[in-house]
Amino acid sequence: MGLSGFGGVLPFARRMLVEERRWMTAEDFNTQLGLCQFLPGPNVVNLAVLVGKRYRGLPGAIVAPAGLMAGPFLIVLVLALLYDRWGSLPLAQDMLRGIAAAGCGLLFAMAWRMGSALKDKLFFLPFTVLTVAAIAWLRWPMPWVMVAGLVLSGGVAYWRLGR
Amino acid sequence: MIVVELFLEFALLSFVAFGGATALLPEMHRVVVEHHHWLDDTTFTHLYAIAQAAPGPNVLVVTLIGWKVAGLGGALATTLGMCLPMSVVIYLLIDRWHAFAGKRWQQAVSLGVAPLAVGLVFSGATLIANAAGLSLAGWLAVAVAAVANLRFRSLHPLWLIAAGAALGAAAVI
Repeated sequence: MGLSGFGGVLPFARRMLVEERRWMTAEDFNTQLGLCQFLPGPNVVNLAVLVGKRYRGLPGAIVAPAGLMAGPFLIVLVLALLYDRWGSLPLAQDMLRGIAAAGCGLLFAMAWRMGSALKDKLFFLPFTVLTVAAIAWLRWPMPWVMVAGLVLSGGVAYWRLGR
Repeated sequence: MIVVELFLEFALLSFVAFGGATALLPEMHRVVVEHHHWLDDTTFTHLYAIAQAAPGPNVLVVTLIGWKVAGLGGALATTLGMCLPMSVVIYLLIDRWHAFAGKRWQQAVSLGVAPLAVGLVFSGATLIANAAGLSLAGWLAVAVAAVANLRFRSLHPLWLIAAGAALGAAAVI
């Protein structure tokens, strides 16, 4: 399954787990994914650990993420070898710059979409602006920014939830 | 040992990787390019581009960075550093998840982290654009790709990536 997704494996994971193999119900999938998205780290790897543990305990929790990552890992290494070999050619450099530009556009689109989905924008968009200022402009270390941001933004969220 | 250093740096990063590897781009750039000088701007951009064009979870940009810094050992170190700590936490926490799912503090963290994640992805985008040293035409391509992705949801992003590669090869961008 790791090999099926370009730009994210999660939709494929859902189809395989819920619709094809019926290893979990749609509702169950959402609950489990909730934990994976609540915690940091690559969501789909986290999800593989969960599913693996549920069906086969510790061995499953090791094998599932390993299976998910092994194929893409090897492909990426082959690409890395190609890059080492031919990456300095002007044509390769031009193509990679073009891909980076397109990928950058996709990132802006993703940020826009995530930003539009924010609830209570009046209270929470300022934290987005502060994060950009701290990370992109001031170049502060992200662990500190995230801890401080989470305390402040989470605090506002806690207060808003209580009203 | 650079491999150990890579593992520890990325294991630390995995604890703040809200929003996955994409949200980590700015910090990876800060650590790998600006702090340790393991890679330069151009290589970092190229690795990001390769990860974009490859199948699989987008966390694999981490693998490429590890490879470029320290070969196979580096690739394993960054990938495991990124995936292992949270996998262990998840393994231990899952049986208690129902006990705190939906609690007020849990909802507050989920709500509170969302605007930060938006800021991280936005920062990553500006940073890649800067590191790539885009021309005016390059920025135009960025804008077109973003708008196309937002407006035409059925258009697979891979087409935009391919178009970017073609325009790059034609020396337009």
